[in-house]
Amino acid sequence: MAEFRLPKNSRIKPGKSHKPPEGARRKTTFKVYRYDPDSGENPQMDTYEVDRDRCGPMVLDALIKIKNETDPTLAFRRSCREGICGSCAMNIDGTNTLACTKPIDDVKGEVKIYPLPHMEVVRDLIPDLTHAYEQLASVKPWMRTETPVSPTQERLQSPEDRAKLDGLYECILCFCCTTSCPSYWWNPERYLGPATLLQAYRWIADSRDEATNERLDELEDPFKLYRCHTIMNCTKTCPKHLNPAKAIAETKKLMVERQG
Amino acid sequence: MSSKQQRRLGPSRTGTTHFWHQRLTAIALIPLTLFFVGLLPNLAGATHREFVTLMHFPVTPILLVLLVGVGLWHMKLGLQTIIEDYVHGEGCKLALQITMTFGTVLLGVAGVIALVMLAAMPPA
Repeated sequence: MAEFRLPKNSRIKPGKSHKPPEGARRKTTFKVYRYDPDSGENPQMDTYEVDRDRCGPMVLDALIKIKNETDPTLAFRRSCREGICGSCAMNIDGTNTLACTKPIDDVKGEVKIYPLPHMEVVRDLIPDLTHAYEQLASVKPWMRTETPVSPTQERLQSPEDRAKLDGLYECILCFCCTTSCPSYWWNPERYLGPATLLQAYRWIADSRDEATNERLDELEDPFKLYRCHTIMNCTKTCPKHLNPAKAIAETKKLMVERQG
Repeated sequence: MSSKQQRRLGPSRTGTTHFWHQRLTAIALIPLTLFFVGLLPNLAGATHREFVTLMHFPVTPILLVLLVGVGLWHMKLGLQTIIEDYVHGEGCKLALQITMTFGTVLLGVAGVIALVMLAAMPPA
């Protein structure tokens, strides 16, 4: 059956409270999920106070400040700090988003931070995305063509056809959407999830790609595609304001279209 | 978690028919349900004989048989999805799917026969 409670060793216990910074006038409390696989202990929520007058505006700024000044053991992924690499995807204040583009001021009260939901945790805020990446690779997210083109030629695309990729090509593969989807929580082994399905549609919609037929064949499955029940969590949570639910609906429309 | 099994089995090349039938039945159920809701005030406090008289308008049994058939087909598709979503043991899933399908057919046959018998009763 579907899991409705966390397994015993995943249940969260109260953690350490770190001393507030001295002389801080404007403080914000951060509660951060901690998990160390080597300790054998359950995960815990550690509390940190951050002096907002000496911290950047985003949640990632606070996490970096905590790691640099208070607790170097805190582990999280980050790279570009401007919402383009997708590394710092995590659950902040109950919503999956990018820590680098989430203003601390958007959160009322204390800031609660967890790793992306329903993924195995490597450590602290770092989820194991191996399976999600495998699923992405399974839809062959690159251009597949048969028509030969000389190496000196480009495959041309009209501005109208190029416009069809708007809202699709911007995906940064942070997996905020996939890990917010209840259908993915219940059937991650078989359902591809919104991020991968949006990527699949990005190539289906590309006028230069010549494998639409094979791509649709590969998705024609009650689990790979049709576990999407239009719950819309994916679209609501996407930090890039994309619409994976629409991409999935467009794919379903094409499936129906080629049947009748 | 591993997708090895899924890679080995590959896509089943089905799913669209299920999706399309769910939508079709949903659309059909809108007028059928409206008709049934409209019929209900006529049935309140009616005697068996009055109901039989109502069933002699051809439109009544036709639409009621359609309501039972389409409604149960829609229910079957929905329950199948719920079982696939939440039940993960292969044995348990199969047993539930079989029971659910048999149950749906039984309800459908019983409903349709009941309606046909009522429609076939001699008028008062």
